[in-house]
Amino acid sequence: MNNIIKKFLPQILAILFVVLIFGFLTINAQTNMDNRGIDFGFGFLSQESSFDVQFSLIEYSGSDSYARAFLVGLLNTLLVSFISIIFCTILGVIIGVARLSSNYLIKNSAAWYVEFFRNIPLLLQIFFWYYAALRALPLPEKANAWFGVTYMTVKGYYIPAMVWENLNVFLYCGLAAIISIIVLRNYANNLRDTQGKQIPVLLYSIALLIILPLLSFLFGGVSLEFELPQLKKLSKISYIYEGGISLPPELIALVLALSLYTSTFVAECVRAGIEGVSKGQKEAAASVGLTPNQVLKLVIMPQALRIIIPPTTNQYLNLTKNSSLAAAIAYPDLVLVFAGTALMQTGKAIEIVSITMLTYLTISLTIAAIMNWYNKKIEIKEK
Amino acid sequence: MFKIIKQLTSVVAMFAVLFAFSTETMAAKKSKTLENTKKRGFVRCGVSQGLPGFSNADESGNWTGIDVDVCRAVAAATLGDATKVKFTPLSAKERFTALTSGEIDILSRNTTWTLSRDADIGLTFVGVNFYDGQGFMVRKGSGIASTSEFKNGTSVCTNLGTTTELNMRDFFDSRGISYEPVVFEKADEVVAAYDAGRCDTYTTDKSGLAAQRTKLSAPDDHVVLPETISKEPLGPVVRQGDSVWEDIVRWSLNTMIEAEEYGVNSSNADMMKTSNNPAIKRLVGAEGELGAAFGLDNDWNLRIIKQVGNYGESYKRNIADTGILPDRGPNELWTKGGILYVPPAR
Repeated sequence: MNNIIKKFLPQILAILFVVLIFGFLTINAQTNMDNRGIDFGFGFLSQESSFDVQFSLIEYSGSDSYARAFLVGLLNTLLVSFISIIFCTILGVIIGVARLSSNYLIKNSAAWYVEFFRNIPLLLQIFFWYYAALRALPLPEKANAWFGVTYMTVKGYYIPAMVWENLNVFLYCGLAAIISIIVLRNYANNLRDTQGKQIPVLLYSIALLIILPLLSFLFGGVSLEFELPQLKKLSKISYIYEGGISLPPELIALVLALSLYTSTFVAECVRAGIEGVSKGQKEAAASVGLTPNQVLKLVIMPQALRIIIPPTTNQYLNLTKNSSLAAAIAYPDLVLVFAGTALMQTGKAIEIVSITMLTYLTISLTIAAIMNWYNKKIEIKEK
Repeated sequence: MFKIIKQLTSVVAMFAVLFAFSTETMAAKKSKTLENTKKRGFVRCGVSQGLPGFSNADESGNWTGIDVDVCRAVAAATLGDATKVKFTPLSAKERFTALTSGEIDILSRNTTWTLSRDADIGLTFVGVNFYDGQGFMVRKGSGIASTSEFKNGTSVCTNLGTTTELNMRDFFDSRGISYEPVVFEKADEVVAAYDAGRCDTYTTDKSGLAAQRTKLSAPDDHVVLPETISKEPLGPVVRQGDSVWEDIVRWSLNTMIEAEEYGVNSSNADMMKTSNNPAIKRLVGAEGELGAAFGLDNDWNLRIIKQVGNYGESYKRNIADTGILPDRGPNELWTKGGILYVPPAR
């Protein structure tokens, strides 16, 4: 009996404490809102938003609901985070490996890059890219074509749009290619384990990935055309490109700043991971006759990844949360659209801020879950 | 035993009723906000982050503008000194939260009076100190002379969290024009973006356009289009629930307007005490007990006129003489062809 009390009493007290605090906060907020004549409720989500958003991945207009405006903001946040995570990973791996290079110039430039971008506050970098770098770009009518068909202007980056016919056939072929690659890999692994034969899986995979979708063009009736951006006159002195896809400068500035900044942290994670694998491993692998490439792929990387993944996950989470700085440069992310305009128009501060907080929490936990799953997958399995 | 308890409860209940009743009558006469303001020694006033003519700080941190003058008038009325104001610059996005959360006691920040703001979010608008309407500014060289010449794809710079955002949607939607809204939190950022050519047009209240034009790199290259696409009655706002404070702010503003109507200004206010006109005498505290109604002394309105001036003086000092809008337009007294009309102070 005594033991049970000892075991559970502190926990019960802790729970009670948390419940009391939350209860107090709720009641306090309730009383204060009542005093000030503010209603609490989520009914506003279905009301017409009556404001427009600059840039949206889904169909949206002012006659849609606040809930849809929320979705627009959320998708824009996910878009900018997704693109930036990809860029910062690629850049981070390159810089991280470069820091370990034996070439003096490469090694030191990489070190300088890391120290420079890591130590300037992110908001300043966003401001630099948006207010200094991108603002200096030419007006649409004065822009030179990059690669002949894309235009970088102060109003945004205009690129050709793809117009597909029978896109689904193409996608099925791509899927088929991926499935056959997985089958091929399993077959190759099996062959290696049982008969000791090696086949060039990578080469075959690339061939599959190119040939199958190509076949869909030849026989599947798939066709792809490009819609090029065309200069259009708005008034005597202002122009814009029509057709094609326009990437707003706000998005570009944000992606640049977020990926350059976060890549420095990813680079350090990569460096730490590779340096964390003891030298003996590399020497032992070489002594059994593996080529340098095989040493990296089969011995160093699998061990390094275990060290790299957890801290890199943190960087991805940071990047996603940092993307909320978008509001500073008019990129319509979740904070600007929902916790900004929608909050202002409805005045539902407590509701909107809690929804926004929960949303960021959910995004973060989802990223963490995916990375944990990946970490589990690559951890060393004791045989 | 049971009897005693019963008696005791009835006594307690009686006291409770008495107590509840007495606090009720107290609340009718006393303003919590006024009490706190007196205790603190200054009025907490939310203003813009810099809009010439309305609320703008100079290098040494002195705030001027007609929105600023409303807060100064309240300080003169309640504390006896128009300088005892603490100004908090707020973005359009922050302003209402700052007021409802009790960080400020008056929001005097070129804020449009609308139904949903007044009814929904715990705010009370006390009056109008500037009648405005939304307009567009474009580059002169564009040759655009009217909003009917806007084409599909026009990019529009504006402020976040304003009625402007809603009006421009109504405007472009009803004309079937597709446009790209670029919304910034701070007015300075909007101006900079428009100046750099990020946007083809800049939209906000016309007074705001006139004021912000002065901040552009070449103000003369830009022109405000003649059309007004909305009604924007701008005025001070207070928290809902303190009706005495609400009255103090409302009548501080009304005093300034009525003073202009009766020709009372900062230099002749003292002499007006001996005027033959009872309306004027009430306005300078020489007759009646007007201040007592909201717990102030009888010179509250005289102090406003002496220290801040009447509405006409404030307009001239802040908006006309600075070259923002020399013409008073609708912001002229009703007796002179405008629509400024306030209930009588009696």
